[in-house]
Amino acid sequence: MLERLLIVSAVLFCIGLYGVLSRRHVIAILMSLEIMFNAVNVALVAFSRYAAPAALRFPGAAEDAERFALAGQTLALFVIVVAAAEVALGLALVIAIARRRDSINISDLNLLRR
Amino acid sequence: MLPEAAAWLIIGLPLLAGLICIGALRPWRRGLWPLAGYVGVAGTAGAFALSLAAVNGAMGQGDAGYEPHRWFAVGGRDGFAMTVGVLLDPLSAIMAAVVSGVSAVVQVFSLGYMKKESDAENGAWSDYPRYFAYMSLFTAAMLGLVLAYNLIQLFVFWELVGLFSYLLIGFWHHRPAAAAAAKKAFIVTRIGDFGFLLGILYLFLHRGEFAALGLNPFEIPAILEAAPMLGAGVATWAALGLFAGAAGKSAQFPLHTWLPDAMEGPTPVSSLIHAATMVAAGVFLVARLFGLFEQSAAAMDTVALIGGFTAVFAAAMGLAANDIKRVLAFSTVSQLGYMFLALGVGAPGVAMFHLFNHAFFKCLLFLSAGSVHHSVHTFDMRYMGGVRKWMPATYLAALVGGLSLAGIFPLSGFWSKDEILGAAWGGESAAAPVVFWLALAAAFMTAFYVFRLILMTFHGEFRGGVDAVPYEERIPDEAHHHVHRRESPLVMTLPMILLAVFAIGSGFAANSLVALGPIPAHWFSHFLHEDAPDFSIGVAGASTAVALAGAALAALAYGTRTISFDRFGAPWRFGGRLLAQRFYLDALYEDLIVRRVLHRGLFLASDWFDRRIVDGVADLAGWFGRNGGRAAAQLQTGQVQVYGAAVSMGAAVILIFYLLQR
Repeated sequence: MLERLLIVSAVLFCIGLYGVLSRRHVIAILMSLEIMFNAVNVALVAFSRYAAPAALRFPGAAEDAERFALAGQTLALFVIVVAAAEVALGLALVIAIARRRDSINISDLNLLRR
Repeated sequence: MLPEAAAWLIIGLPLLAGLICIGALRPWRRGLWPLAGYVGVAGTAGAFALSLAAVNGAMGQGDAGYEPHRWFAVGGRDGFAMTVGVLLDPLSAIMAAVVSGVSAVVQVFSLGYMKKESDAENGAWSDYPRYFAYMSLFTAAMLGLVLAYNLIQLFVFWELVGLFSYLLIGFWHHRPAAAAAAKKAFIVTRIGDFGFLLGILYLFLHRGEFAALGLNPFEIPAILEAAPMLGAGVATWAALGLFAGAAGKSAQFPLHTWLPDAMEGPTPVSSLIHAATMVAAGVFLVARLFGLFEQSAAAMDTVALIGGFTAVFAAAMGLAANDIKRVLAFSTVSQLGYMFLALGVGAPGVAMFHLFNHAFFKCLLFLSAGSVHHSVHTFDMRYMGGVRKWMPATYLAALVGGLSLAGIFPLSGFWSKDEILGAAWGGESAAAPVVFWLALAAAFMTAFYVFRLILMTFHGEFRGGVDAVPYEERIPDEAHHHVHRRESPLVMTLPMILLAVFAIGSGFAANSLVALGPIPAHWFSHFLHEDAPDFSIGVAGASTAVALAGAALAALAYGTRTISFDRFGAPWRFGGRLLAQRFYLDALYEDLIVRRVLHRGLFLASDWFDRRIVDGVADLAGWFGRNGGRAAAQLQTGQVQVYGAAVSMGAAVILIFYLLQR
């Protein structure tokens, strides 16, 4: 089961990465980033469900791991929260760039070259 | 016996005088400039007094036996210690006395000579303290060389002598000829000094042998002590290296070319360089390390043959020179050849005796030339003649010096020249018979050019002096001078008279055949711990006959003019040209070796190599950096997505590698 979930996660990650690298529109890039975050979240939850190391389990928990190892899931929740904050910040940046340069096409943003 | 501090003062007093002249008088005390002369004379005279005391001490005790002082040590327990010290034995004591004595006399003469030179340049006395500073420092360097305990110490002073000779020969540095002559003297002697240094280092390479005897490979007494144990091979190479240095300093063939050009300095400088300092250093070096030379027959024969050849070779060039100072310069080279010849046949005491006598009569001849120049303002003998009419004292001085140089009985030159011939005649080495005949031939030529010089300068009709010299051939600074028909001042004639007394008596008195009152017979030889040479009436007769023949030929050709060499036609003219061009050796060195081989060949090749290969490699590295960077910069688009793609690709590649590894 873990493998399948990881494959889903990998596929999602690659889709997101492709979107980040290929889209020209900044909003679309931010959306692709969200997909990558969620790919990671899937992996985190899957690992916590199927492969949580003994140290992370609650004391006294049974070998049956289904009910336990919430650490990964908690981490996933943190990621969702941070992603939300990052999107807010990212969109603010996009607005700032749009105001300043009249364009949010990523190809025009090559200030790193200089 | 002299305390050691006093022995150091022999070097210290002229050094101090020189430093006062150049450090205190010249920069700040314009009004005191004329005092510089007295400071210089006082320093050197003090050194002379101390040297006489040293000679006196050495007469009683021999080697003063001062212990050397440790300077520094390297290499821990198995290393060796560098020492400095004063080596005061009869040889260095007599040499120090000659050096400081002649230098003091020359400086007294300079008081008059340089005063006139200074007044002549519109009272420009600025050169005056500089002159006496160089003279004093030159003397100090030479005395340091003479008294050095250790070869490295000797080498340092040796190079200082070279430095001050450079400064003195180029004293009138605004004259291109003087600047060139100074450079030439320095560079040519440096070539020999390279051999000297190699010789020292070669001895150092054999420090193991010295260490086994508990000796220091740089200390002169240690070298002399160890020499018999070194073996002929080591001694040969070490001696030949040292002889290269000696030949450079003492202007022996093939490094003689600098000396005739060194005439560009003030005349008293020439006189000092030629008489007792500088050129005598080479002879002194070989005499000092004679124990080392003695171990190698090859080295001894080399010294003898080079000396004998130079004696004839230089005398031949002296036959045709018209510049009075050049004649004397060639004569010096020739006489130094005599001294090396004596060293080479195994008679260092005789060589030193000739050096001792030569110092007086050659110095005297140069001062006479300077005195004549003072009156006629040219050195070209073709424009002199009849000068004796208004310069009787100078004429007598030159006559005494000349007769002594020619080796006429009973003047000093006769005695030492005779001893040299006797030593060569009695020599047992393979070279001795050859050099005897060379020495005899040189004696003939010497007498000829000496009498030619005296007759052309002092006898006959006066030929106009500087006023008759074509304007463009005059000495640049003296182009506007005129002939003054008067004797030189007393301050100039007095030193000449003093030297003339020595030129007459030094040979006879110092090494006489019989005891003369307080002076024992053969004092000089015994003083240097050497057996007195046998006086051979045959050799003495031969040398006198040859000298008289040369003098007679000169008298017929230049005095009575009963014979003329022009009748020999083409061969005569060819010979004259050959001699005037100094056997084309200067041309060979300067045009062929320096200009063509070195300048146009080697230096150009080095230049090409430097520009193309060395610079090329550096340029290539720069080219790679610049163009490689430019190419790499093309990758930097500034597009974040491109960077992202590159990072992703990289990560993917690493991942694939990682997976394949498993």
